[in-house]
Amino acid sequence: MQHVQLGVIDYAILMVYFAFVLGIGWALRRFVKSSDDFFLSGRSIPAWIAGLAFISANLGAQEVIGMGASGAKYGMMTSHFYWVGAIPAMVFVGIFMMPFYYGSRARSVPEYLKLRFDEKTRGFNAIAFAVMTVFSSGISMYALAKLLELVLGWNFHTSVVLSAIIVLFYIFLGGLTSAIYNEVLQFFLIVVGFLPLVLLGLKDVGGWAGLTAKLATVATNAGFSAGAWSDSWRHLNAPSANPMGVEWFGMVMGLGFVLSFGYWCTDFLVVQRAMAADSMTAARRTPLFAAIPKMLFPALVILPGMIAIALHVTGGGLLPIGGDGTPNYNLAVPVMLAHYLPSGLLGLGLTALMASFMSGMAGNVTAFNTVWTYDIYQSYLRPGQSDGHYLRMGHAATVFGILLSVAAAYATTRFNNIMDMLQLVFAFVNAPLFATFLLGMFWRRATGHAAFFGLLIGTAAAAIHHGLVLPHGAVPGLKGAFLGVVLHTYPSEMAQNFWTAIYAWSACFVATIAISLVTRHNKSDDDLKGLVYSLTPRLTDRELVWYQRPATLAVVVLVLTLVLNVIFW
Amino acid sequence: MKLDLRMPIGLMFSLFGAMLTVYGLVSGNAIYERSLGINVNLWWGLVLLAFGPMMLALAVRAGRKASPGATAPPPPAGQP
Repeated sequence: MQHVQLGVIDYAILMVYFAFVLGIGWALRRFVKSSDDFFLSGRSIPAWIAGLAFISANLGAQEVIGMGASGAKYGMMTSHFYWVGAIPAMVFVGIFMMPFYYGSRARSVPEYLKLRFDEKTRGFNAIAFAVMTVFSSGISMYALAKLLELVLGWNFHTSVVLSAIIVLFYIFLGGLTSAIYNEVLQFFLIVVGFLPLVLLGLKDVGGWAGLTAKLATVATNAGFSAGAWSDSWRHLNAPSANPMGVEWFGMVMGLGFVLSFGYWCTDFLVVQRAMAADSMTAARRTPLFAAIPKMLFPALVILPGMIAIALHVTGGGLLPIGGDGTPNYNLAVPVMLAHYLPSGLLGLGLTALMASFMSGMAGNVTAFNTVWTYDIYQSYLRPGQSDGHYLRMGHAATVFGILLSVAAAYATTRFNNIMDMLQLVFAFVNAPLFATFLLGMFWRRATGHAAFFGLLIGTAAAAIHHGLVLPHGAVPGLKGAFLGVVLHTYPSEMAQNFWTAIYAWSACFVATIAISLVTRHNKSDDDLKGLVYSLTPRLTDRELVWYQRPATLAVVVLVLTLVLNVIFW
Repeated sequence: MKLDLRMPIGLMFSLFGAMLTVYGLVSGNAIYERSLGINVNLWWGLVLLAFGPMMLALAVRAGRKASPGATAPPPPAGQP
């Protein structure tokens, strides 16, 4: 691929952005006085800021590049990640889970597990999460450097070191507040940087009608019915009818219920943003405020991919072709930026892209330093030290978290399988977690032993299922069937992942219930007050006017999401 | 709030808006071939010049409300 040439104005825009990012870190440094300030922003963040940070922290490499790539590869069905997955999950976490997360005063997700269950459940989750975040941030760094190398011809090492230093600088000084502020800055930057691209692209293909017509060619060329790339629900009756290779049940249960709820409700990376909110009401509104822009994000991140594939197929090879003869979908968004944006806006678009990678990285680093310091260091290594001691540990954890991320980025370049393998392992660990939380929050009888062994059994179930099935056209190994037998072949990797998640969740759910019934209650009802639904006084929100209540907001969000699903049916 | 976030947001986007508008005015038409012949730098620069100062205005207004002279308003109930 030919490198894109940047002008002086593009570099100037990038420099201004870096100056603001570093400046915010510098300006916030004097507010960091205790470990609470550093790790939890002193619980002082207003709901709108926490809300935008809530979606921004997740807006890393996966979202911007991955959703564009999926938009090109699978078309409009990619919107299910939002309108079936993320939004309902965000409403659930805001209305039902936040009262326990925020109300228990837990400082992290693993700490909630300790309060609700026991030490070993927390330890398992904390260690798995710490490893996972370091690798996620390393992968984010790797992806950014690789992309800059490919698109701009920048040196890989320079990009890694530069992004690491910038992120280190602003988190080290300002802690979580600095990460959150920069995430909000980056949210606006993404909107402002990508919107012109979407508008120009849509104008070029002749609006939504023109895009649908072009996508019909894409679909029929690939052997599907004409609407397969532009409808979200119509082709879900059978796996063979759509490019994703899934049917409605696997999609709704696997993607919607298990994977999305599992991610948005239990991943500390996002939950941390809401925990930093300045009051219970603000914490509950955080995911709900976040849901409103989130539901419109498909237009910014999926649509460019759809336009790219439409132009690629009907206009003659816009996307570079990879080694296996298929288009390189991961380049859909960068190619579109270079295709439509002149010097000036191009700089703004690239800045938005870099911002998204860096905030993804920063989100992981802030979640890592908190879990490391509170849930591993303070709990197992050096308990009972002064607050200043843990604050210094937090600073140190930020430095070595970033160093480990850099190491992970280089490990990814050395072993190209490492990324796939890790994502697999994380899926095994994460999918059952939502079952543990669901039972923990809504069934007071769930016990500590049950939670721990339920998680292990769920993780094992995921591994066993993955070890016995294979996606279509893959060879046994990392992609599946590593146990030597192929019991079932799925039409796509996506379908395989959804079903792995469904099995893992179900195994954990059933095992936790079964073990709870035969083990002794390790916590009294008094211990569980504020941690379990039936033992916690209801929040009535009577002091709020009806339209300010989280429940009202939740209904509005759900109705709007339903409308979007119907429009693009 | 410790630092009104709308301030840096407003400043940064005002600056971007000014940079793009000026660049849009001085750059030749040739570079706009790829953007379908539209001078997107100028137009988007103007959009940002509306957005940035609006954020600044909100921040300034909130700042004035928060400190009328020396008597700061009491913190909202429930706050330590």
